[in-house]
Amino acid sequence: MQDKTSKGQLSVQQTPEKIFAITEGLQDTPTHYCPGCHHGVIHRLVAEVVAELDVLNKTILVEPVGCSVLAHNYFKMDCVQAAHGRAPAVATAVKRVHPDAVVFTYQGDGDLAAIGCAEIIHAAMRGERFTTIFVNNAIYGMTGGQMAPTTLEGQVTATSPYGRSGAHAGAPIRMSEMLATLDGAKYVARVAVNTPANIKKAKAAIKEAFARQLRGDGFTIVEVLSACPTGWGMSPVAADKFVGESLMKYFPLGTIKAAEVETHGA
Amino acid sequence: MSEKVLMKGNEAIGEAAIRAGCLYYFGYPITPQSELPEFMARELPKRGGIFLQAESELASINMVYGAAACGVRAMTSSSSPGFSLKQEGISYLAAGELPCLLVNVQRGGPGLGTIQPGQADYFQATKGGGHGDYRLLVLAPDSVQEMYDLTLLGFELADKYRIPALLLSDGALGQMMEAVRLDHEVKPVPDKPWAVTGRRDRETLNVVQTLSLDKDTLEEHNRVLQDKYALLRKNEVRYEALNTEDADLILVAYGISARIAKSAMAKARAAGLKVGVFRPITLYPFPEEALYETAQTTKAYLVTELSCGQMVEDVERVTHSQQVHFYGRTGGNLPCADELFDQILRIMQGKEVGGRAR
Ligand SMILES: Cc1ncc(C[n+]2csc(CCOP(=O)(O)OP(=O)(O)O)c2C)c(N)n1
Repeated sequence: MQDKTSKGQLSVQQTPEKIFAITEGLQDTPTHYCPGCHHGVIHRLVAEVVAELDVLNKTILVEPVGCSVLAHNYFKMDCVQAAHGRAPAVATAVKRVHPDAVVFTYQGDGDLAAIGCAEIIHAAMRGERFTTIFVNNAIYGMTGGQMAPTTLEGQVTATSPYGRSGAHAGAPIRMSEMLATLDGAKYVARVAVNTPANIKKAKAAIKEAFARQLRGDGFTIVEVLSACPTGWGMSPVAADKFVGESLMKYFPLGTIKAAEVETHGA
Repeated sequence: MSEKVLMKGNEAIGEAAIRAGCLYYFGYPITPQSELPEFMARELPKRGGIFLQAESELASINMVYGAAACGVRAMTSSSSPGFSLKQEGISYLAAGELPCLLVNVQRGGPGLGTIQPGQADYFQATKGGGHGDYRLLVLAPDSVQEMYDLTLLGFELADKYRIPALLLSDGALGQMMEAVRLDHEVKPVPDKPWAVTGRRDRETLNVVQTLSLDKDTLEEHNRVLQDKYALLRKNEVRYEALNTEDADLILVAYGISARIAKSAMAKARAAGLKVGVFRPITLYPFPEEALYETAQTTKAYLVTELSCGQMVEDVERVTHSQQVHFYGRTGGNLPCADELFDQILRIMQGKEVGGRAR
């Protein structure tokens, strides 16, 4: 490969700059995710962060029940698969048995905000020192697109065929804001991966969460707004737009809480 | 010199667990087992362990799942209503082949029932409890000493076979105080190369998971589990048989009911009646052969449980006897020895037994 040096001369010896490679943190295998699904992008970001922090060989994934139930086939990490919603309880024990490991749960919104609502709240309350990657696609993807606690009002799903009605099903739950009220939660952020700019910000937030875990901060969580074109009945492009135009209106992006980092002596 | 300490049954479990190297306890308060988590809350931090009071039984059983997946000895305990809530997690523990010790200090049910002793969780304990084809090793102590001994054994066998073990006790034994010898040798915890640790220097990944989307893989997994249960049935049957050789009538009972049965037997023997006691110590594997053997010589059985009749179904199944009588008390009631002795007399005289006649 030829390249121009800063002096404008051609150099033929320079080694090519690597612009793309599978990250160390992922296995080199195709995933089962639908076209346009964001799980793959989010996997990649987490894997990159773990590799960049150089903690891959001591990271433990606690995977959920949901579309990402096979995440152990994609991440290059030890893994414990939890029952639906129970990942925070499982991760609590994993982290307490291996305090030097980097432990994270990876959970959908059905998993975390519905069936596992108690477990995530209490893990956050206790300030458990693991990180949660909360993939909020406002629907139950794996079981065929049923209503989730995060489904928007008016949104049509398999179990809200006339659109979610606030009077009947309530208004969607904002888990991150709720968790941020707990003292044990030290870092809470909501990000999206629907545009390249958002992907960059998402990665920075995930990195911050893992870095805080490494420092022994309390509970950290990054909510990632995520597209489910299949469940939503949209094209991938329309789904990315829906994330930007509808989901973000109800679930605003940003750092919801970043507690002061406690420094222990010199 | 052997150490003997006066302890409550629930505390004996805790002491044995810590001596067995179990440094992780996860639980949720419920009577009549709370002395156990309270003991662990006191002792574990002093002895290098972690006691964690979870938000529910669901959370605590899944914490046990997480700790067991990491290869350490871990336990939880509860009583009937709380133990029901753990069933989902127990199915996952069995499916994931994760060793741990579970304790159910039974109380009377169904529903919220009572805080008084019961033995009505026998079906749940021995026939599955949660979903799918799995069994637990079920150990049934009948003294505070056995609460201690069988806790040690439970951890040992759980690790040996990679299965969850269940100590099925009851509120009477849990609350009872007796002297306990604490001088048992504890075997070292075996290596667990499958445990999740983070990859560290390993080439391969350790994954604990229970999903098999491939039909044949799951069928094969079920076969592996069934093979373990066959090994349990072959190698791990435990029971106590007292005066069964010449007995005309054998009382069959476990746990606190066996204690009462033994007193009734003593009374019957003193009265010249040939009565024995057969006490399963492992409820799963059920002592089928040994009990069947007794059917060749004895004339009748009296099964007594704090339930409306659960273990009695196994006794009928195993003995094929037409003379299996049943006497059960529920609601937190315990029969007294005289009450059982009356039932013995009735059977000897060919009368109906006062409990549910079968
Ligand atoms: C106890 C239990 N209840 C229900 C299910 C069925 N189930 C599997 S995944 C799922 C919801 C998944 O949705 P979500 O957590 O939002 O993740 P996604 O699939 O959208 O990524 C449900 C209800 C289950 N496996 N276990």
